[in-house]
This record gives sequence, C-alpha cells and structure tokens, in this order.
Amino acid sequence: MALLEVRDLSVEFASRARWLCAVERVSFTVAEGEVMGLVGESGSGKTVTCRAILRLLDGPKVRTPSGEARFEGNDLLRLSARALRALHGRRIAMIFQNPSSYLDPLMTIGRQVAEPLVHHEGLRPREARTRAIELLHQVGIPDPRHTVDAYPHQLSGGMRQRAMIAAAVACEPRLLVADEPTTALDVTVQAQILRLLLELRDRTGLAIILITHALGVVAATCDSVAVMYAGRIMERASKRELIRQPKHPYTMGLIRSQPDLVVAGEELPSIEGQLPALGQLPGGCPFHPRCPHALPACRRQDVELEPAGADHRVACIRWRELEAAA
Amino acid sequence: MATAGIAASPRVGFETLPASALAGGAICLFWLAVALAAPWVAPYDPIAQDLNATLLPPFGAHLLGTDNFGRDILSRIIWGTRIDLQMGAFGVLFPFVIGTTIGAASGYAGGLVDTLLMRLLDVTMSFPFFVLIIAIVATLGPGLISFYIALAQFLVIKHADFVLAARSLGYSHARIALRHILPNAIMPAVVFSMSDAVIDILLGSSLSYLGLGIQPPTAEWGLMIAEGQGFIASAWWIAFFPGLAIVLLATGFSLLADGFAERFGIRD
Repeated sequence: MALLEVRDLSVEFASRARWLCAVERVSFTVAEGEVMGLVGESGSGKTVTCRAILRLLDGPKVRTPSGEARFEGNDLLRLSARALRALHGRRIAMIFQNPSSYLDPLMTIGRQVAEPLVHHEGLRPREARTRAIELLHQVGIPDPRHTVDAYPHQLSGGMRQRAMIAAAVACEPRLLVADEPTTALDVTVQAQILRLLLELRDRTGLAIILITHALGVVAATCDSVAVMYAGRIMERASKRELIRQPKHPYTMGLIRSQPDLVVAGEELPSIEGQLPALGQLPGGCPFHPRCPHALPACRRQDVELEPAGADHRVACIRWRELEAAA
Repeated sequence: MATAGIAASPRVGFETLPASALAGGAICLFWLAVALAAPWVAPYDPIAQDLNATLLPPFGAHLLGTDNFGRDILSRIIWGTRIDLQMGAFGVLFPFVIGTTIGAASGYAGGLVDTLLMRLLDVTMSFPFFVLIIAIVATLGPGLISFYIALAQFLVIKHADFVLAARSLGYSHARIALRHILPNAIMPAVVFSMSDAVIDILLGSSLSYLGLGIQPPTAEWGLMIAEGQGFIASAWWIAFFPGLAIVLLATGFSLLADGFAERFGIRD
C-alpha cells in the first residue's frame, strides 16, 4: 500500500482579480522506502506541490480547489490544524534548499536538532542533549560533542544541511520531503548528502520525495521520477525507464541538455524558449510552444497522463508516433 | 581542539564583542555618567541668566563660553544630556514594550490583523518622514515611530525561512512565537534600537530646533543649536558645542549598534 497517495491536487494563488493555477491536477504515489524524484525547471510547481501537501502554504492567497493527499490513510488536506501539527516532524518532515536560512540563527545546533523530540515526545533537556549528540553522529557530523553547542553560522553549508536532516529525522518520520537539499552545496558535498539520505532510507525505511532540477541527482538516487512542467506532471515512470526510454518530448529535452552527456567541443543542446508565466499558460499542452514535435492539435487538445507501458505514464498526444519514429 | 566545522568559540561573551562595540559602549557610558552626575559636575546653573556675562568666548571663566543670556554653555550641555538621553531611551523602550507585545499577539496569528497592520505600515512608510513625524508627535507624543518599525520587524521574521522550517516540524504556535520569532525579533531590535536612539535624539533635537519639542528655557541640545543659530557669525560656540555633543553621543550609539550587528551577524 502506498504511504502517500496524491490525487488530482490543484493549487491556486490569488492574483488581482482571479485565481491563477500553479499546480493542476497532479497525482502520484510514494511507497514505503521509495525515493521519488520530482523534477522540473524552476517555477514548474515542484515546491508548491510539496508545500501544499504538507499544508505549509497558507493564508488567504492560496487555495487547493481539488484533490486529496492520503498519508497513512488520512487526507492531509482536510486534517485539523492540531492533527496536522501532530504529524509534522513526527511522521512527515521536510528539509529545505538553503540550510543557512532554515536554521534558527540564535539557537544552538543541539537544541534545534533535539527540539522535535522535546516538543513531540517531551524529552528532558539532558536526554535531549544526549539524543542530539547521537543524531549529529548519525548524520556524519564530526565531533558531535563540540558541534552540539555551536550556532548555525559556525558550521559549513554541508554541516548545516546535515544538522537540518538530523532535526528532520529525529522522531523517525516515515516520509521526508527534501526540497532541493543539495542545490546550495558544493558538488563534493552534494554527493555526501545524497548518500546520507539513501543511508537513512536503508536503515529506517523512510520514504523520500526528492525535489530537484538536476537529472544527475535523480539518476544517482531515485527509484521513480515524476517530471513536472508548468504545474503539471508530464511523465511518470521508474527511474530506469525514464532515463533510458523517455516518452515525453520535454523529458527527452531535459535528458539531452545534461552537460555530462555532451562530448567536449559540441554545443550543449537546450530547450528553446522559457517556462510560461503563471496565468499565461497556452491552451492545449502547456509545452507545445517549446516542443520540437508540436502539431496544431497540440494547441487545441488538452493532455492527460495516460499509461504508456508498465509503471509508465505520459501526457503527450503524440507519444506513440514519437516512439515509433525513434 | 577546534574541529573542521567550528570556526569560533560558541560562547557569547564580553570578550567576543568587536572593538567598535566596546568603544561605542565607553562613549555611551560616559554620557550616562555625565547625565547622572549633572548636579555635581555642572559648574553653573543651566538656566541662570547673567546679563553681565553674555556671549563670552570659550576657554575663559566659562570653559565653553556663554550664550546671549549669559548662561554657561558647558552646564547647559551637561544638563541637556539628561533630556537627550531620555529621548533616546524612550525611543528604545517603546519598540520593546509595545512592538513586541502587539507584534507577538497579532503578528504570528496572521490573517486580517496582519493585513491591516501591513497596510498601516505602508501608509506610514509612504509619508514624507518629517511631515509624518511632526504629525504624530504633535498629536500622540513621541515613541510611536519606533513601535511601527518594531512591528515591521516581527512581521518580517514571521515569514522567515526558519519559521517555515519550525512549522514543518509541527511546533505549536506558542513555541514558534516565543522560542523562534521573539528572540530573533528582539536581537535586531536591540541593535536597531541603538541606532534608533541616534535617530530619536537627532529627531528630538530637530523638533526642539523647529520649536515643537522641548520648550525654552530648558537646556536641550537641539534647542541650544536653534538659539545659537542667530549668533553663528559672532558667537559660534553657542551652537557649535551642543552640536558636537550630539555628534559624539550619536557616534557612541552607532558604534555600539554596529558592533552588535557584527557580533550577531545581523545585516540591514
């Protein structure tokens, strides 16, 4: 059974006179212990999707007009605020892109790492400190006895990200949403953080939603992938399928434009044009203005995710033709 | 042994404060001492007129000279310290007491109150500074300006990334407001208040200068400058020395504020 099942989730933001759709009818599932990659350009709705599921977007300017997000049987979108707070940090946690701004600058690392345990499980300060040292050790921070009393600004970016992970997994959640956890870090540190996440998964059976714009990260870590464009999922498949046999022209473009696949001296292929602004989505398939295979029909006809093989779904009216031509 | 990840000692202590903070602190303490000791260190009565000794130049019997009523400039500056430090202190206390209380209550909860306060802030910010200040001071009294700014601080931190992270860990409203927002709102407010004290003093002096603040014959630096203005060509010391006092006190507060900002990594 799926740990998280998101169905038909839409998210809208209030503009001057109307509601603009940032995420449109997104569906996916995440199983226990699965690492799912959510890939797309900046502004494609990856972060909004995840924050909407965790109900971290709020205020009068956001609404989720449709959809549900079932986590362990409860629809997160309809849970009371109190019940939701009981899940956050205990069953579901999130880590963020820029660990420097997501850690409280005036609280020691140790207190921040142990705070979920103090808050949710009522740990006493002494126990909390001991647990914080253990957690820091588990996430690979050297000399945790010393670091436990340090402030965030005294640590490097990679160490801060490890500390944030330690706080997120302190209560052993079942689902971790990782929003571009390595984007702000050095390449060498990126690999270490990804390895740490996989280790945690292997040890605790935690499921991870990994938001990223780097297909390299997906290739290295994920079990399955959903590709987002303009607030919609364009293609969903296992990682192996998606990398070897992408069926959506957008996914193909993303894979082709990976720098490490290009021979030195050749021009790096790119996808022409840019992501349409919110509220200025073209009719039909949102990708058609940039798609090398677009036909007039793509402009008129709405696309839906449809099955394209076992565990593979794609939202393109021409995927069969394109596959036959390839 | 210092480890790879740790750059400096985590202790927040006196010895870790930058030199600028210590220098600024020394200047501020000096003025505080002057204010407290005014009755004993002032050589003359600050408002006593002596029409036989008007417009005396400095470095005579009157160290900093006398004004057009024969009042001792040094004594007036010393007594004026009390008034000007008070103006600074009021400007500092208000953001703490009012700003943090109202900010904590309304700022975190969000919704309509938040929206209203934000619009109120927009209105205040969009007015020409002095026009607004004069209007507020004339109607409600000083200190209110600081309150608006402190409230803004709270509202800004409410939307900080680490508050979102705290929410993602399921903390209660009380924990987030008291443990995460408040300390972070207060720390910049401390720093801010110190530089704000400078503004408050300058403002108070400017208001007195414009005739809206402290009324004669009370000794107040801005007022002294205003009174000395007419004699600037013939008796420069009347306006010059109170001006120097303002600069020195403002420098002290600024250095202190900069030093704290540096120590706690707070940027404007």
